[in-house]
Amino acid sequence: MRHFVIVGVLVILAAALTYFGLDAIGLMPVSASAQAGSPTQVGSIDWMWNLQVIAMSFLFALIVIPLLYSLIVFRRRKGDTTDAEYIEGNTALEITWTIIPLFTVIAFAYMGAYSLGKVRSVDPQAMVVNVTASQWAWSFEYPDYGIVSNELHVPVDRQVLLRMQSRDVIHSFWVPEFRVKQDIVPGRVTELRVTPTLAGTYKVRCAELCGTSHFSMEGPVVVSAEAEFAAWVSEQQALAATAPPEIKGEALVKANGCLGCHSVDGTRLIGPTWRGLFGSQVQLSDGSTVTADEAFLTESIKEPSATIVAGFETQIMPVVPLTDEDIANIIAYLKTLK
Amino acid sequence: MKNMKPLTRGLALLLVGLVVGYGLGLGLHLLAAGRVNFTASSAGLFSLLIGVILFFYGLLGYRTTTRALVWQTVGTLLGALFVTGIRAVMGLNLIDANYIFTEPAWVFGGLVGVVSFVLGHGVADDWIKMARGQDVPEHRADAPGWEKFYGPSLDHKVIGIQYTVTALILLIVGGTFALIFRTELAQSGLQFLTTNFKLFNQNGLQFYNSLMSLHGMIMIVSILLGIAGLMNYLVPLLIGAHDMAFPRLNAFSFWIAPPAAVLLLASLILGGFDTGWTGYPPLSAKAPIGMQMFFLGVFVAGWSSILGGLNLIATVVRMRARGMTAFRMPIFVWASIATSIISLTATQLIGLSFQLVMFQRLFGMGFFDPGKGGNPVLFQHLFWFYSHPAVYVFILPGLGVVSELLPVFVRKPLFGYRWIAMSSLGIALVGFLVWAHHMFTSGMNEYLRVPFMYSTLLVAVPTGVKFFSWVATIWNGKIETPTPMLFVLGAVVVFLMGGLSGPPNATVSTDLHLHDTYWIVGHFHDTLFGGFVFPFFAALYYWFPKATGRRMNETLGKWHFWLMTPSFFVLSLGMMRIGLLGMRRRIADYDPLQGFDATHLVLTIAAFAIALSVLIFIINLVTSLKRGEPAAGNLWNSRSPEWQVSSPLPAHNYDAPFEVVGEPYDYGLPGSKYVEFAKK
Repeated sequence: MRHFVIVGVLVILAAALTYFGLDAIGLMPVSASAQAGSPTQVGSIDWMWNLQVIAMSFLFALIVIPLLYSLIVFRRRKGDTTDAEYIEGNTALEITWTIIPLFTVIAFAYMGAYSLGKVRSVDPQAMVVNVTASQWAWSFEYPDYGIVSNELHVPVDRQVLLRMQSRDVIHSFWVPEFRVKQDIVPGRVTELRVTPTLAGTYKVRCAELCGTSHFSMEGPVVVSAEAEFAAWVSEQQALAATAPPEIKGEALVKANGCLGCHSVDGTRLIGPTWRGLFGSQVQLSDGSTVTADEAFLTESIKEPSATIVAGFETQIMPVVPLTDEDIANIIAYLKTLK
Repeated sequence: MKNMKPLTRGLALLLVGLVVGYGLGLGLHLLAAGRVNFTASSAGLFSLLIGVILFFYGLLGYRTTTRALVWQTVGTLLGALFVTGIRAVMGLNLIDANYIFTEPAWVFGGLVGVVSFVLGHGVADDWIKMARGQDVPEHRADAPGWEKFYGPSLDHKVIGIQYTVTALILLIVGGTFALIFRTELAQSGLQFLTTNFKLFNQNGLQFYNSLMSLHGMIMIVSILLGIAGLMNYLVPLLIGAHDMAFPRLNAFSFWIAPPAAVLLLASLILGGFDTGWTGYPPLSAKAPIGMQMFFLGVFVAGWSSILGGLNLIATVVRMRARGMTAFRMPIFVWASIATSIISLTATQLIGLSFQLVMFQRLFGMGFFDPGKGGNPVLFQHLFWFYSHPAVYVFILPGLGVVSELLPVFVRKPLFGYRWIAMSSLGIALVGFLVWAHHMFTSGMNEYLRVPFMYSTLLVAVPTGVKFFSWVATIWNGKIETPTPMLFVLGAVVVFLMGGLSGPPNATVSTDLHLHDTYWIVGHFHDTLFGGFVFPFFAALYYWFPKATGRRMNETLGKWHFWLMTPSFFVLSLGMMRIGLLGMRRRIADYDPLQGFDATHLVLTIAAFAIALSVLIFIINLVTSLKRGEPAAGNLWNSRSPEWQVSSPLPAHNYDAPFEVVGEPYDYGLPGSKYVEFAKK
């Protein structure tokens, strides 16, 4: 009996120590959305997580403490070669530790379902942003404002409905500070609702392995006050209306993920660099040489597999839907990369 | 050459083969592509193949394994040439500049190569004779000495050792892959796997992805072979059978695995693939030829699992000793049955899902291509229908080892034997109903997530029964801690970490954050180390004397344990820590602004410490074979039948049959016995 009392006290102590220790370290990144919430906001992800940490801490102590205690107190003494006490089992105990966990997991599943419902709650006034994911870039279109950007700007405390599409393979939208995550599946639109609550700059990080440069598929996410957001929108609209071709071109290559493979500073990435490309002599994989003029660059964008630059044998560039005007703008941008 | 030792001769020829093969492959690439490429796939492939073949030639001469590998190589080439011939008739392109043969040629060649391996090895000779109406002997004597391990032995103990050694080799290969990419991850920024890196037609990033993907699958195959090794060696001994029910099928089940391993390794050389072991389309539909070799390798390795499961169930159902009723079976046998039910009935689904992607690539069948009415999410359902139950295949035998060894080292009965036995079956059966918890963010039907959350959390109940029963077994025991017991205790604690980190992933709302992060990576490394690696080592230390008549060195064993265990805790806890904070899975590089550099450096050091501990184990294993302390008797003072006779056991096991006269784990009950041998 004495052993049970000591172990009981130790289990409670160890569980409390584990839980408060983990809590003090701080396990989650900062919470920046209503879905992430906080440990005290019932139904939010951080609330659910906190319950899980309590359960984990308790169960960890419940198993490890009796184990360690046995190892120390019941260890075999030197010279003792006898067997231990013959205890085959105890049906009442077995039933107890089947039934209690059974009801516990049902309770957790119930709370999980409740929390899922909260996380998915719909605001009909949500601002729609169309997200396009491609290897290896993010692009955000605001249908209400007629702008396209490679940065996701959202105001605080307004629900955003992300309608997401993929141009090639499966990607996954995840901002760790928002907690929620949703895969983007080719051939359909998947949706995710987020209500940002904390102004700041974060990053959307593709969470589903999407090929060679998966690691670099990150894009800025800016949460700001309603007024700042409105200012950004008008700035973008003005830019789109009046910008010279090379600025439009720069926006296009960013929004279409070109820079995931082509550098503008001479670094060798998956594809050839664009620095000093325009007008230069390019050696092709079939041994011939061409001048990188408008015609060559247009062909290379429209039909990426028509010619391949020597040293870049792996042909992976997708055909990106661009108008002739878009391509002209991009070439104007390329000309500036001396 | 003649008077060299076989191993020295093999190693010398290995070097010759590497160089000759490299030259040959380089020349072939020059012919196909018209330019020299010193890191060409063909150069790597021929170098390794010819090197390994010559190694076995030096070791064995031209028979069994050597002949099998030669036949596999020749078969692959002939199969590829056959398809190339058909393509010539059809007017299609014949040569691939990078890989010499086109993709369909490689796939068909790979398949022919596997069949050729089996025929060349001789493991199917008896069946061929039977098919021709010729007589075959009921028993076939093995070659004496170590050479039997390379041939088609029918002895379940030899096959068990073949499985186990192959598992260890793959463990080392998979671990080496991990060390390479772990080194790249030690610091943010790309250090050596950069875009300037060129090997096997891959740049550094692509090579990182190939290594990461293959680390997963090589380790999975290693685990499958490891548990097959334990089950093959132990189950007939534990139930008093003279062999498995179908010895020829048993030999075949093993010998189908090496050509599968060759295909998996070839996938790295033939352009690799960047999908992870899960191979989700559409990414896998676009990956290089290596993807197909990977699919084919897994497909073939699956046969080993399915047939092994079938054989084991038949053995346990039909060949138990007199008096061994269901609830008097050793608990490891219960675990093996539960595992075999899964591998017999679920493995087909991973084979099927991979086959569908193969056909999508080869024949343009758009199963998972939304452009042709296919659905990428369907693949995930098919894939996880096996691949989730598969994790219970990996861990149940290990948990069986824990339950089997605990009573021996605490000198007390296994607490709640029937409950532990039933919990294995419970885990196996509930395991069939939980697969979609891998897909909570996949875009499948939203409401489906809730029932799968309930079913997944239910797994915690039978798993909890195991933990509570183990603790109750240890409680008040007289505990000894030799090396096998240390690994058992390590297994309990590490698996506990894996178990506790599971429910947050099963709960949909928290999984939305946790899915596809390093938290998951830490979680499943905990379950697989606790459920397989630790128990596997425990079993090897524990039964090594049974197999060899010598025991392994205790001091080295303790070094192994005390180096591996803390390092592993650092590794898995560190992974979970940064995962929660935003570290994604399967990335070659990470954002330095996230501040993970220091943790990653520690993780890399921990990974190397684990590798060092495994090296200590291998040294211990090899030196103990010859110089280990002789231990022919009941070394651990166990009640189990295999320890009642002297080690090692002869072919067909026990000289006289035994009868079960008591409960298996009645330690502490004076005068009780589990088995009684018949008088000769």
